[in-house]
Amino acid sequence: MSLDLFVSHYNYWVVILLMMVGFYILISRGNLIKKIVGLNVFQTSVFMLYISMGKITGGTPPILVGDGHGGDAVEHVVYSNPLPHVLILTAIVVGIATTSVGLALAVRIKEAYGTLEEDEINRIEALVEASE
Amino acid sequence: MREEIIVRVGAKILTPFIIMFALYVHFHGDYSPGGGFQAGVILTAAFALLALVYGLAAVQRVLPPWFTRLCAALGVVIYGGVGVVTMMLGHNYLGYNALAQDPKYGQHYGILLVELGVLVTVFGVMASVFYLFAGRGRRES
Amino acid sequence: MTAQLPILQVIVPLLAAPICAVLRHGRAATWLAVLASWSALAIAVVLLGQVMAGGVVSYHIGDWVPPIGIEYRVDIVNAWVLVIVASIGAVVAPYSVTSVEHEIASRRIPLFYAAYLLCLSGLLGITITGDMFNVFVFLEISSLSAYALISLGRPRRALTAAYRYLIMGSVGATFIVIGIGLLYVMTGSLNMADLAELLPGVWDSRTVKVAYGFLGVGVCLKLALFPLHLWLPNAYAFAPSPVTAFMASTATKVAVYMLLRFFLSIFGAAFSFDVMALDRVLLPLALVAVVSMSLVAIFQVDVKRLLAYSSVAQIGYMILGLSFASVTGLTATLLHLFNHALMKGALFMALGCVVYRIGSVHIDAMAGLGKRMPWTMAAFVVGGLSLVGVPLTVGFISKWYLILGALEKGGPWIAVAVLVLVTSVMALVYVWRVVEAAYLREFSGDEATREAPLSLLAPTWILVAANLYFGIDAVRTAGVARQAAEVLMAGIGS
Repeated sequence: MSLDLFVSHYNYWVVILLMMVGFYILISRGNLIKKIVGLNVFQTSVFMLYISMGKITGGTPPILVGDGHGGDAVEHVVYSNPLPHVLILTAIVVGIATTSVGLALAVRIKEAYGTLEEDEINRIEALVEASE
Repeated sequence: MREEIIVRVGAKILTPFIIMFALYVHFHGDYSPGGGFQAGVILTAAFALLALVYGLAAVQRVLPPWFTRLCAALGVVIYGGVGVVTMMLGHNYLGYNALAQDPKYGQHYGILLVELGVLVTVFGVMASVFYLFAGRGRRES
Repeated sequence: MTAQLPILQVIVPLLAAPICAVLRHGRAATWLAVLASWSALAIAVVLLGQVMAGGVVSYHIGDWVPPIGIEYRVDIVNAWVLVIVASIGAVVAPYSVTSVEHEIASRRIPLFYAAYLLCLSGLLGITITGDMFNVFVFLEISSLSAYALISLGRPRRALTAAYRYLIMGSVGATFIVIGIGLLYVMTGSLNMADLAELLPGVWDSRTVKVAYGFLGVGVCLKLALFPLHLWLPNAYAFAPSPVTAFMASTATKVAVYMLLRFFLSIFGAAFSFDVMALDRVLLPLALVAVVSMSLVAIFQVDVKRLLAYSSVAQIGYMILGLSFASVTGLTATLLHLFNHALMKGALFMALGCVVYRIGSVHIDAMAGLGKRMPWTMAAFVVGGLSLVGVPLTVGFISKWYLILGALEKGGPWIAVAVLVLVTSVMALVYVWRVVEAAYLREFSGDEATREAPLSLLAPTWILVAANLYFGIDAVRTAGVARQAAEVLMAGIGS
């Protein structure tokens, strides 16, 4: 792979790095809150992937130039692709919903078990199972 | 923060502007970046700021939890309702052209109404989430 | 009005959900939910009729013409899955009336039904939509409500089970979004029919193959294929009974549908089997799933968990049918979608009756129940026989087509057919353990234990009757499944 190809695709390297960081946190941490942080970083990398692919060099935000009703729109304006932005707006909202459901579950787990560490929860459950 | 006079007065002054900004972001959403999602979150931020400064109880007197829950449901009904209305007018679901003689205005009204539904739901959900997490008692383990 | 049916299929439960959430009386919310699920079933049946009579139904949301606008596209494959999901929804909703009052705090009942309806509309939405990103949105609608539903279970382990499902489910959904994004980069389209036309032009691109991998792993997480199944057993075991019955019979089925739709319709059967060797990847996974999970199920003492592991094994059968890469194999997969929904629905509902009366599904607690709750246990026995694949039950029909598919291929595939028979015997072992406890051991629980109320038994027996009816008269179901399989395998011959 030539250096040019490496540099010109820098957005993908950022995405991959973020994705792996998030995924690693998700897998390696036992704390339930940290897992959600990892999940968030992981999802954010996908947002980056979509947003960066919609960007056209020199493109303006996809808002109609002119009177707003297309009357005297300037023909030669280059717009960035708005669709990935719209999709990611939806995905961000989904991400927020996932995070809040996850955090709500974490709060309930903390109330039920008194801990947020996965291995301690497993130990408590193992003790309960052994005593039955 | 109940004793900090600057914070209290500052929050009071800022709140109406935040709410105004939320409405601006909503109603200007079809000409510039913005729309119901952003507006709903900004609107919630106004009340979250008040709650941080004046305490949860004071804000819940103005904006009771049952109301935020109602909002969360109402917005979805507004959104879906627009679609049902266009269906009754003989178009497809969310076919905004049905809403006015001129399709240009039909699209305009349609997107504003739908985004209003989004605004109401996002506001209701975010405020409910804020209340639920903020109102949870801190129990020491 | 019939032209609007595809959208009504989704928005009837979707709009009933917020109304349920604000209703103050549990009863009102309950009956609204029942009404919405019944209308969904009626719509699904009419849609299937329309598709069988006149071919593909296409619906343009907001009057935007595809591929620019979002299209709802109903062909024989998803009309079939819609009927499966909607009919389970229509049976579980009235069942949950009594069950939920028993298992969930009364102030949460309206919210329970709101989440239930959201889950139903999400699953119907995934099935009906013809737009890739729409699939993701509906997938998250159904998943988020499913996490909430599972966490409502009484034991505190329901919380950790829901949490684990949330983490794994979100990773799966994110993988699917990555896959969709990569496809969009290559083709500039999100419409499934449009993608199917554009993709052959870029088959050679590495991006498309990577997208294929991401979509595959994401969907397999959702459908709990063998190494990615870890979220399923606990989620099913600790969720409230109606939720388990509903999820076990619908959620994984819709995920299997997604797999078929993505890989066979969009990428095309030729690309999947010839270029990506999908069959050779799935075959070992499916076989390991069937054998190992049946084995694990034999050693479970919690009957709900036992059936959950058996579900993972049964998913293995569905994937096994797909990995035959033939019309007969795919017919078996599609038949098993329906048949497994019927048998698992009946079994989990029978267990719900047991929970209602004795509060536990531990195998020792169920000792001697055969005399105390004869109708409930009879339902369990019929469901269990169906799971094993005894003739005159739907389970037999699925296994029949599966073995037929294996024999058709001949050669080493005969071994697969033998393995199907062996695992059926393993299913017999775990079902027998429960039956033995219920009928041959002495009852040791509360003397006042009686038969479950009619409001629970009637929906259970509707499913049991369906198990028997479609086991005897399989002409219609097999016909639809075969037609759907031919549509999916189009362009590759049989």
